[in-house]
Formats: sequence, C-alpha cells, structure tokens
Amino acid sequence: MDFDYSPQEETFRQELRSWLEANPADNYDPDTFEIIDQEERFQIKFEWQKKLHGAGWVGIHWPQEYGGRGATIMEQTIYQQEMARVHAPGLANPLGISLVGPTLMHWGTEEQKERFVPKILSADELWCQGYSEPGSGSDLASLQTRAVDAGDDFVVNGQKVWTSFAHKADYCILVARTDPDAPKHKGLSYLLVDMHSPGVTVRPLVQISGDAEFNEVFFEDVRVPKANLVGERNNGWQVAITTLMFERANFGMVYNLEPMLDRLKACIKDLEVNGQPAADDPDVRQQMAAFHVETQALKFNGYRQLTQQLRGNPPGPEGSISKLAGSELYIRMVHFAMELLGPYSQCALGEDQGIDNGFWARRALGSRLYTIAGGTSEIMRNIVGERVLRLPKG
Amino acid sequence: MDFGFSEDQELLRDSARKFLDAECPTTFVRKMMEDDSAHATELWKKAAELGWMGILIPEEHGGIGGSFLDLVVVMEEMGRSLMPGPFLATVLLGSAAVLVGGSDEQKDAVLPKVAAGEWVMTLAQAEKSGRYDAGGIGMPATARGSDFVLSGEKLFVPDAHVADQMVVAARTGSHAAPEDGITLFLVDAKSPGVEITQLKTVDMTRRQCHVAFQDVAVAGSQVLGEVGQGWPILKRVLEQAIAGLCTEMVGTGQQALDMAVEYAKERVQFGKPIGSFQAVKHKCVDMMVQVENARSLTYYAAWTVDENVDEASQAVPMAKAYCSDMCKTVTSEAIQVHGGIGFTWEHDMHLFYRRGLASEAAFGSAPTHREVVAQTLDL
Repeated sequence: MDFDYSPQEETFRQELRSWLEANPADNYDPDTFEIIDQEERFQIKFEWQKKLHGAGWVGIHWPQEYGGRGATIMEQTIYQQEMARVHAPGLANPLGISLVGPTLMHWGTEEQKERFVPKILSADELWCQGYSEPGSGSDLASLQTRAVDAGDDFVVNGQKVWTSFAHKADYCILVARTDPDAPKHKGLSYLLVDMHSPGVTVRPLVQISGDAEFNEVFFEDVRVPKANLVGERNNGWQVAITTLMFERANFGMVYNLEPMLDRLKACIKDLEVNGQPAADDPDVRQQMAAFHVETQALKFNGYRQLTQQLRGNPPGPEGSISKLAGSELYIRMVHFAMELLGPYSQCALGEDQGIDNGFWARRALGSRLYTIAGGTSEIMRNIVGERVLRLPKG
Repeated sequence: MDFGFSEDQELLRDSARKFLDAECPTTFVRKMMEDDSAHATELWKKAAELGWMGILIPEEHGGIGGSFLDLVVVMEEMGRSLMPGPFLATVLLGSAAVLVGGSDEQKDAVLPKVAAGEWVMTLAQAEKSGRYDAGGIGMPATARGSDFVLSGEKLFVPDAHVADQMVVAARTGSHAAPEDGITLFLVDAKSPGVEITQLKTVDMTRRQCHVAFQDVAVAGSQVLGEVGQGWPILKRVLEQAIAGLCTEMVGTGQQALDMAVEYAKERVQFGKPIGSFQAVKHKCVDMMVQVENARSLTYYAAWTVDENVDEASQAVPMAKAYCSDMCKTVTSEAIQVHGGIGFTWEHDMHLFYRRGLASEAAFGSAPTHREVVAQTLDL
C-alpha cells in the first residue's frame, strides 16, 4: 500500500493548480452561485468551459486525437481533487463530455467521430440525453418513441421527459424503437438528433427547486439522417447501456460530499441546540463524526476502485456502490442540517434572514436528484444484487 | 497510489484461508465454545509453526519480521473462520506491549517464547467502569523501594485464564491529565496474589476474565518503558489491536454476508428463490455496502498503523466506529435472511452474531469512537 503521488503526478497537480490560480472562473462566487438566476449560472458555466478548453483542460481523459490529454487515471483523480479544492463551477456540456464523447469513441463511425466529437469539448455543440419517457422510467427498454425507416432518414415520433439541458442542447442522444415486433431490448436504435430540426419541441419542466433545467421533448415527424445511427440498427440497447455505464461510473459524487461536510461544520459554529452551542451537543457530535466516517469510507472505496483500474483488474464490488451510497448519504446530511437549523431552515434561497443564504433549503429541495437520476437507488440495488452478488432476477 | 495488498500478501491470505478451512471449521468452533478454556493447543502449535504469532516480531527475537499489513491479511481470515482462542490477546495486546515499550532484555525474555507458541499473553486494562481510555485506569501500583505492589481488580481481561504473562496497566501517580501516571507492568500470571476467574459471556469462543490482584509484588525490572509513562505505549498498542480487531470484523461480516447470499439463492418460497424478491435482494446489497465501507476504512486504518503515522489517531477510531455497527448489523441481518432456521442453536449464524456483539464491545463501542473522531474534526 502506498498513498503517495509520483513526481510526475505532483508536477501535473502543480501545473493545474497554478493555472487555476491564474485563471479563475469569471463572474463566479461559489458562495452565491446557487442563489443567482439559472440563466446567469449557465453563462458562467459556458464561459468557464470555453476558458478551460482554450488551455486544454476539458475532457482531459479523452485521447489526444480527440482534443483530450489522454490523462492517466491518477491525473483524472488529481483533476477532480483540484477542481473541488477551488470549488470550481460545473461545465456547460457535462453530458457531452462524460457520456456522448466516450460513447461515440466506442461505437461511432469515423465520420461521426470527426463530425461530432471536437465540438463537444469546445462547447460549440451542447448535448442532452433522450432516454426516459412518460411510460418508461426505470423500465427504460419499454420505451415507445418510434423511428421509422424513410429512405435516407429515420422519421421520429414520440416524447421524452426529464431531459436535462434540452432547452440549451444542440444535439440529443436518442433511443428510439425501430422494430416494434422484436422483444423490447432487441428493437431499439441509438440516434444523434439535431435539436434544431423541424418537429422538435422543448417544453421546460419546473423542478422541485424552482429551476427549469429539465424538460419534456416532443418529436413530431422529425427527420434524422441514417448517417446519425450509432452502432447497428436494433442494437441500440447495447449502445445505451454503454452510455449508462459512463453515467453511473461518475464517482465525482464523492468529491461533492467533503466540501458539503465542511460547509455543514462551518454552519454548526453559529447554531445552538437547547440553548447550548451545537458543537457541544453530544448528538450533533455523534452525527457529524458518523458523516465524516461515511464520507471517508466512500473516498477510500474510490481509492480501492482506482487501484483495481491501475492494476488492470476488473472492478470489485467497491466500485458499484458509490452512486447508491453517496446519494443516500447526501440526503441524510442535508436533512440533518435542516433539522439543526430549526425555523431558519424555512428561509428560502436568497432570504436575508436565512443562515448560509438559504443554501440548505435549496440543497434539501434538490437532494432527491441524485437518488433518482441515472438509475434510481432501487434500480441500482437490483443491478448490484444481480451483477455483483449474483442473486437471481425477479 | 496503490490501495491494495501485495501479491505476497494475497498468497498469504490464500494459505491462511486454506489452513483455517481445514483446521477451524464451525464444528471445531462449537467444540471450543463448550471447552473449558477455548484454547486449542494443537491449533496454537500449528499456527506458531506457520509463523503467525511472530509476524510482528523481528527476526532477532525469533519472529519473521513481517509488517502489520501481513498480520491484517491473516486476521481477516481468522475473523471469517471465527478462530477461537487467545491470538489477539497474545499477539496484539501482551506481546505488542513488550514490542512497543519493552527494553532489549524484556524483548529477549518474552518475544522468542511468543513467536514459538510457548507463551500466551494478554493485557489487563479495563476495570469496573468498562472504559478503555486513560481515565478508566484507576488500579494503584504502590512503590516499595524499587519494586511495586499491585492491588485491585481488572475486568474484561481477554483470555487471562490461559495466559502465562500479562501486561497490567496501573496507576503510579495521580495527575490532572489522566494520561499521566500510568505504568505498564509485565506480570507472571501465576504470581502469588493473582486470582483469575472466567466470565460467562456471549461469545464463548474468546473468553474474558475478572482478575483480582491482592498485594501482588512486581519487581521494578518488570516495568515496560518508564514509570508513569505507560499511556503512549498503551495508545500505540490499542491502535494496533483495534485495527486488527476491525480486520477480523470485516472477515466476520463478509462471511455472514456470503452465507446469507448463498441461502437467498437456494431457499425457495412462493415458487422462487427468496433472493429474487427485492425485499431480500436489497437487504443483501445494503449489507454489502456496509461490509465494503468497513473494509475500506479498516484497510486505511491498518495502513496508518503499519506506517505509524499521526493519522492513525483518527483513522483507527473511524474504522472501529463503523465496523462495530457493521458487524453487529450485518450478522443480525444475516439471521433475518435465514428466517426461522437462522434463529436456531443448530444453525451457525448465531456464532457470527455473538462474535459481532463481542467485537463491538471490545475497546469501546461505536459512540465512544465517534466522539474521538468528533474531537479531531475541529467542531
């Protein structure tokens, strides 16, 4: 065992750290970021991605031929640590970078790679993910959106829902049914759809938090060139699963938990429980220690996962639980904060009487995102139970 | 960055598992539960021949000079097999105290005998208060010339009834800080005035004792380290012992999980294996999450102990806080998965649950260790 970083890794960290210090995100204040208008937030993320891209700091895990740095797994880890250290904002094209690019590199034709991949990192084309439908959530393969063969094109009709960033997106990875007679997993195809095509209607859905970052998307006789089919026709489920694996493997979640716990610690210094400082309350101390222990456990799970990757081994059970355990821990932390805040928990985002600018209320309202998006906790438990523990399917 | 065991350590794990599967099946564990002492001398001898008692002991003292991580690998397998007897008491308490705090003469006198499997040892620390911090040590040792006299009682002393030598933590001075004035003595368990009584406990695979000291004379040469300076030695010993116990708990929890999962695949109700029902499947996944979290925290704690770095004083209580909850919960849930058969004496699952409960209590249960963690958080 060895928790040291090599000299090359330290050099990489230093290079990134110096760059970040000299080039902070413009108009960005991490303390108020969640209070400002969502359009302003988007602009900050958009400019930030452009700035990072200019210096080659977007999609560093991508191969160099696609504009990445071919970063090692350790460099990717250091990248996440350093971004968390400066509380950097997110990027404007997260789905493109973490899902679409890697999926296209795996399944796409040379033409598709050439046409679509470069504009992902530069944020010149933003992407959304057309998976869920009103009748198909966890049972994704039951989806009903149709793509019918019409010569050089497919013609798409149907509806997608919970489509994050569709209102900003230029393109969509769409899973549609091309063979209605085949068993449900066998009749799907994976298409790249221009969101500016005639017949595409995006209707924002207002979320619990009051933001409208996800949408309903309607497709009415939308023509999609056959050149935009990824993988083989009717083999779209395999491509869709590849994308889902990239989505769930995103263990960046853990890097959000530590800063959150720090913020909770800071908040506790100003609070009282039963007339005593909260920091002296035995229940508060127990709970804070428990959160710290669990956060560290997830971090160390990540290190074990990393070690398996570095050694070229298949991932162990520790790799499959970070989304499940991290998202549920997140909710418990936020709910604990709300309980401690007492009546102040009721101060919404931006209320001057509030503690911490209403940050915790905002987090509470948004907290269920992580246990639902990308596979609910229940689906994750099925997957882990069946793939890792080899328990029989229901 | 490499958070895993070496190839040699994985080989050691395999050989330990094979040895324990052959020598320590649950039928044997049950026999030892019924035994007068739970100390199987045959098994002890074979383990000594494999070098297990001497893993931490340097070669010049008759050991094999291995690392703490080597020991951890073996202890995880011991936890999986519920190995009975005084291994932890000997290797991670009594012998470890000599290794950490003893003089060269003391090491020469003690360590070769431990490595050879000739001596069983333990540590007498806790008292009626049931505390494992410095403040829990109140039994006095009174100076008489250059020698000392021990008088008082120790409680929950692991495996004292089979010990040849015990390290006794006693108070030689009273100071504002409870950490000051603690002295460690190396005491022959057969000394006049030492009376050892086995306790009737939940986990009879590892015994605990009441030890009464009635004017027990101990030579000044038997002090480990300096008079009044025993706590730093004890702290280091406890960190090792707790990290070792946590690895055992990971092994115990993993085995209970494996048994529950196997049963859920085989047991058919409503025409289907019960593991196909989400109520059971999801429970098994939640158990797995706890075992994996415990494993990560424990391996990290073991690394800090192996490297003897300051982080150990946070990493070890973190591991103990989590493992205490994990091992109790996972073994209990494994009984639940088994239903009625799991509630019987005949089924082995209660052996794991008993060990979980015993391990939770040893060296302080979860809330005690969470408070220690809280103190490191600058709240």
